[in-house]
Amino acid sequence: MFTQRHLLGIEPLHPLEITALLDRADHYAEATRAGHKHGDALTGLTQINMFFENSTRTQASFEIAGKRLGADVMNMAMQASSVKKGETLIDTALTLNAMRPDLLVVRHPHSGAVNLLAEKVNCAVLNAGDGRHEHPTQALLDALTIRRAKGRLHRLTIAICGDIAHSRVARSNLILLGKMENRVRLVGPPTLMPAGIEHFGVEVTDDMEAGLKGADVVMMLRLQKERMDGGFIPSEREYYHRFGLDAAKLAHAKPDAIVMHPGPMNRGVEIDGTLADDINRSVIQEQVEMGVAVRMAAMDLLAQNLRAA
Amino acid sequence: MDNPEGMSATLLTNARLIDPVSGTETLGDLRIEGGRITDPGPAGTVIDCRGKCLAPGIVDVGVKVGEPGERHKEGFRSAGAAAARGGITTMVCRPDTIPVIDSPEMLEHARSRAARASVRVHHMAALTRGRGGAEMVEIGFLRDAGAVAFTDGTHVVRDTRVLSRCLTYARSMGALVIGHPQDPGLSAGACITSGKFASLRGLPGVSPLAERLGVERDLALAEATGAAYHLDQVTCAAALPAVRRAKAAGVDVTAGTSIHHLTLNVLDVADYRTFFKVTPPLREEEDRLALADALADGTIDIMGSWHTPQDEESKRLPFEQAASGAVGLETLLPAAMRLVNAGHIDLAGLWRALSLNPARRLGLEGGTLEVGAPADLVLFDPHAPFVLDRWTLASKSKNTPFDGARMEGRVLTTWVGGRIVHDREAARA
Repeated sequence: MFTQRHLLGIEPLHPLEITALLDRADHYAEATRAGHKHGDALTGLTQINMFFENSTRTQASFEIAGKRLGADVMNMAMQASSVKKGETLIDTALTLNAMRPDLLVVRHPHSGAVNLLAEKVNCAVLNAGDGRHEHPTQALLDALTIRRAKGRLHRLTIAICGDIAHSRVARSNLILLGKMENRVRLVGPPTLMPAGIEHFGVEVTDDMEAGLKGADVVMMLRLQKERMDGGFIPSEREYYHRFGLDAAKLAHAKPDAIVMHPGPMNRGVEIDGTLADDINRSVIQEQVEMGVAVRMAAMDLLAQNLRAA
Repeated sequence: MDNPEGMSATLLTNARLIDPVSGTETLGDLRIEGGRITDPGPAGTVIDCRGKCLAPGIVDVGVKVGEPGERHKEGFRSAGAAAARGGITTMVCRPDTIPVIDSPEMLEHARSRAARASVRVHHMAALTRGRGGAEMVEIGFLRDAGAVAFTDGTHVVRDTRVLSRCLTYARSMGALVIGHPQDPGLSAGACITSGKFASLRGLPGVSPLAERLGVERDLALAEATGAAYHLDQVTCAAALPAVRRAKAAGVDVTAGTSIHHLTLNVLDVADYRTFFKVTPPLREEEDRLALADALADGTIDIMGSWHTPQDEESKRLPFEQAASGAVGLETLLPAAMRLVNAGHIDLAGLWRALSLNPARRLGLEGGTLEVGAPADLVLFDPHAPFVLDRWTLASKSKNTPFDGARMEGRVLTTWVGGRIVHDREAARA
């Protein structure tokens, strides 16, 4: 039921493909919890992680996922490589392609760069985040976390709060949650909303109380430090006052609403530190755990398609 | 030149004459002698046009040739060949070369290189030194050296005082200033028109408001200074009311646009196709339709190819980093036929924007079929269908957004000053 050659974004996925991927990830999550950490789905395959942008957690998550399934994993820190010597993205891709990898995990600061690269190589490409475009495995791990906490992934009210404009996580999430027929609200200052966002089938508001009212899930986004220069918001403290998630604002959501954050968090900027650590409300640690499971599932399914081809 | 028998004359018979002055299409003959269009009379050579369209050669304002500086992208010889094949008999070239054409000496150099082109070439000069927006160029000397207009291209003169002085000085010289209407603050860093599609693709966008603000500022200055001012590319519906208001108020202003903005929209970018990255960026379909109306009603005076050659390397990059611009000399006419075939405009109306208006605005001879005008002509079959293959283009650079597109309209023969510079039959033989 999963027919993709690459995982470049959520946009090309059919809802049944999303479900198939999440089912597979659930299996890996349970297996890992039961202590069965090693599989052989990727045995004999080579996985290269190409990160043109700094990342700790996503890269580690992909590396662990690959190793648990038996792949030979190699990490390339692209900032220190031949890119600095003037090599173009396509030449880098062709060079790596000649080494015959099977899975290429790519993060790049420019939107569309991973699509461009995927056109030039023979292996399966996984987008680990491109510019402000998409971050599909993040949306999938969020979806799995929600499904496990709420028992379903449809007809939920989900508030995504903060810097929507610069967030690939928000884009992938709102596309995925929309495809699975949920009610999505975007909450944040209008300067951090992308143009035309109201045409995406979402509700948009700059009022946290209205945005969180009756929500099943509250998803906070990281406010990037470089946006705090007065260009988009006047100050960190004013932002926290209006849009930072604390117990008082969360009280407008449903009593059993869960709190999510893709990390890394700015405690005291977009989220209250105590709330983030509250094991009754916050599923932030579970998100990280599901990240490995989702990446195992994605690489497993792509490898199956690769072998069948 | 004249001889009693007219033996050196050529008579083009059985042609559908596209006359932008009278706005008519009529079946008839056209006689050329001594490089000019003449009254009917005897002729030594007779060419049967077999009912195909005969129109004034296109005057294309805003052509980028990579000389000096980027000859690997396009030279005058290759650009001239592409122009001839596209029915363009006059290229008015941009000064945004490396280095910039901002001195009489640089202009002299460019003119000497331009002699290699098989079509007529005129040059625009920069408005400010190095297109830096600070000091005005020697407008008088440059005019004497042959500059037909002054423009900093896509580098907007940010300092309103500098632009105001340039316009005031240009007015005293009777020089035409061409501006790129765009608010540089709003458009900084953008590579696409903002909106749903830009947000979906995660690309930094610019609102059409930036163009509207640019138009409003520049037209206010043009009105205040009385300078002759041309907007290089008006591409948004939101910018059109200001143009109409200024024209109604008698401001000496004209407006241009590009064929790409009249035939493509932002959705053509699809999956980050960099051949569709142009400046200003492609707009929404509503903008395109408003532009087509504005072209038909004369609000938009001039349409050009905005030919901008880019090599493969500069386009094979992530969309944000890729170079902007598209080649267009050879595809201008067939792309423009889409507007005719869609019923937006008739051929005579189209040729006002392609030949008559640009020639008049830049003070050039031609652009008409009148007796005495230079015999710069294009014979074309408006309905001949073909599929464009970019590797067949004469330009050194092949960055066309129409690769693989189904098009109608083939140039058969192009004359410059009565001399055949392109003949499709001969080229295929």
